[in-house]
Amino acid sequence: MPLKTVYKAQIDYLQILDEEGRLDEKLARDTLTDEQVLFLYQQMLTGRCLDEIAFKLQRSGRMHTYPQNKGQEAAALGSGFAMRKGIDFLVPCYRENAALFLHGLPMKNVLIYWAGDERGNIIPEGVQVAPIAVPIGTQMLHATGIAWAYKLRKEDRVVITYFGDGATSEGDFHEAMNFATTFNVPCIFFCQNNHWAISVPREQQTASETVAQKGLAYGAQCIQVDGNDLFAVYKATLVARERARAGGGVTLIEAITYRLGDHTTADDARRYRETEEVEVWKAKDPLIRTRKYLQGKGLWDDARQGAAEEQAKAIVDRVVDEVLNIPAPSPSEFFDHMYSEIPEELRRQRDTMRTSSLGQDPGQMGLGYRQQGSLA
Amino acid sequence: MASLTLAQAINLALQQEMEADPRVICLGEDVGLNGGVFRITEGLQKRFGPDRVIDTPLAESGIIGTSIGLAMAGMRPVPEIQFEGFMGPAYDQLTNHAARFRTRTRGTITIPMTVRVPVGGGIHAPEFHSDSPEAIYTHNPGLKVVMPSTPYDAKGLLVAAIRDPDPVIFFEPKRVYRSFREEVPEDEYTIPIGKAKMVAEGTDLTVVTWGASVFQCLEALDHLAEDVSVELLDLRTINPMDVDVITRSVEKTGRCVVVQEAPRLCSMASEIAALIQERCFLHLEAPVQRVTGFDTVMPYAKLELDYLPDAKRIGEAIEQCLAY
Repeated sequence: MPLKTVYKAQIDYLQILDEEGRLDEKLARDTLTDEQVLFLYQQMLTGRCLDEIAFKLQRSGRMHTYPQNKGQEAAALGSGFAMRKGIDFLVPCYRENAALFLHGLPMKNVLIYWAGDERGNIIPEGVQVAPIAVPIGTQMLHATGIAWAYKLRKEDRVVITYFGDGATSEGDFHEAMNFATTFNVPCIFFCQNNHWAISVPREQQTASETVAQKGLAYGAQCIQVDGNDLFAVYKATLVARERARAGGGVTLIEAITYRLGDHTTADDARRYRETEEVEVWKAKDPLIRTRKYLQGKGLWDDARQGAAEEQAKAIVDRVVDEVLNIPAPSPSEFFDHMYSEIPEELRRQRDTMRTSSLGQDPGQMGLGYRQQGSLA
Repeated sequence: MASLTLAQAINLALQQEMEADPRVICLGEDVGLNGGVFRITEGLQKRFGPDRVIDTPLAESGIIGTSIGLAMAGMRPVPEIQFEGFMGPAYDQLTNHAARFRTRTRGTITIPMTVRVPVGGGIHAPEFHSDSPEAIYTHNPGLKVVMPSTPYDAKGLLVAAIRDPDPVIFFEPKRVYRSFREEVPEDEYTIPIGKAKMVAEGTDLTVVTWGASVFQCLEALDHLAEDVSVELLDLRTINPMDVDVITRSVEKTGRCVVVQEAPRLCSMASEIAALIQERCFLHLEAPVQRVTGFDTVMPYAKLELDYLPDAKRIGEAIEQCLAY
């Protein structure tokens, strides 16, 4: 019996806008209009500006640990823009702020949250995004479950979930991919491969040549895209969205990008990565590339850049002012939402702010026994 | 009214809740065509179809994580974890996500999910199939933990759990699944989560227990001297615990023995003993006794009955407490 091949695989890589801002016109057909690129570029600038200001706020002690999104704006915006606002659902990690804003999450939510206040997780009615997910990879299962509910109820909605290259080592990534494909739910898995999971480089994370190919084992459609290319990210996500809507299954998109900042403000990436590597990626910055493209088309110049940056700063400054003036929540808040109804014991703890039993209940038998010399 | 086993009572509760509420779905390993390894979901897939009674891949974190997503999107999932020994992979999803979504979103996202889990020893199951982890999930704020011991309570509590807006871990003592029958109404009823049951009234000593241990305690009570009057409480809900019922009883009797299958260290029995010394100090006639599993790994079938508290150990502890 001859040896036969039972499975063959390949992973395609999509780039439409190269590092010099040159567009592949053929591949770019039916993607983004000039007007849309201008809009998204402004969003990139705003996101970048938020990162810079949040960093300064942390350094001056006015905010807690904050993870910059710097360098990954095209991946967030290209994918987020391909999803239908108010219909499709975003399940984020924490490095796609710009996509969340695009879908209606107020910028202040992100700042309130990273300033140490869970109230930043209160998603306004009608905004179809989940709160930021901090434990790595766990949110992909929630995304799968949400998409599953849409499928069971026959709703024309698609879910996209975001995660990093490190998260693909977590069991939940594999369980989520497996559930999503087995039940064929309308879910897009969007990996922002930014090359670093805190200090561990992508090569040390997995021996797999690409992240994208991991989805093949689960029967997903898989593609690798230039994650700093707005056009490629948008197009790949749009194709995935339409496939999901048509019942055609799950897509894993690996967006190749780079974390230009530290992991968070608590991290110092100089401890583990070479300056040369960072310099190479600085040259591939999606903001530079998109600007070059717009300039090449005669749609942008220094004056417009200056005005756009000022506009971004004005937006962020306004939000920062608002957020810094929000008073801290009352300590009762960490009791009040533990359950739909507060259990008796939690009520006692809340009302007395004590866990020590004596004194919680003023009528407690024996309280003051020694002083009074008899049973109270 | 039918005479049902605990297994049948749970099946009936699932059937009626699925009938009443299209958001309710069952999912887990082997729960569909096979009706679950304990046949608790027997016949449900045939009746409600494979979209509502779902055989999932073999992945506990996956089952609970996707159930959380289903709940976030408005469903009322009732996932089954096949045995308590396999809850480990789902621990992160249960404690970091199911338990926390409500508070970390200030009540805007909630997880109405009932996780059914066969629990405890005594049926000569394989290794890793006989533990009692109720304290672990009680220690983690945000989950409710329920463990009925009778068919009637099981039906009423399961209906209450499925309708509860918060995540509930519903432990089913496998030793009781088919050990006896009881009259269980077809009609709808619920038993409130958080309320203990007085199994026997007494004046000399309080026994606090839950799950299958209720029956070991009843056996122990049968062997006590005629003139000894013991009050037996079945907690039914582990968290939130019915502390007031325990307090009232111990204030009356002055003596308490807590019985559980789980190891003693950092357990529910430890917590109950601490609560009693805080709240009933001046009423106590004897130290609170704990009769528990040993602080060892749960042994495999041949030694499991040496590990689990039996009527003899419970009876001795009661007698010592009375004689103190």
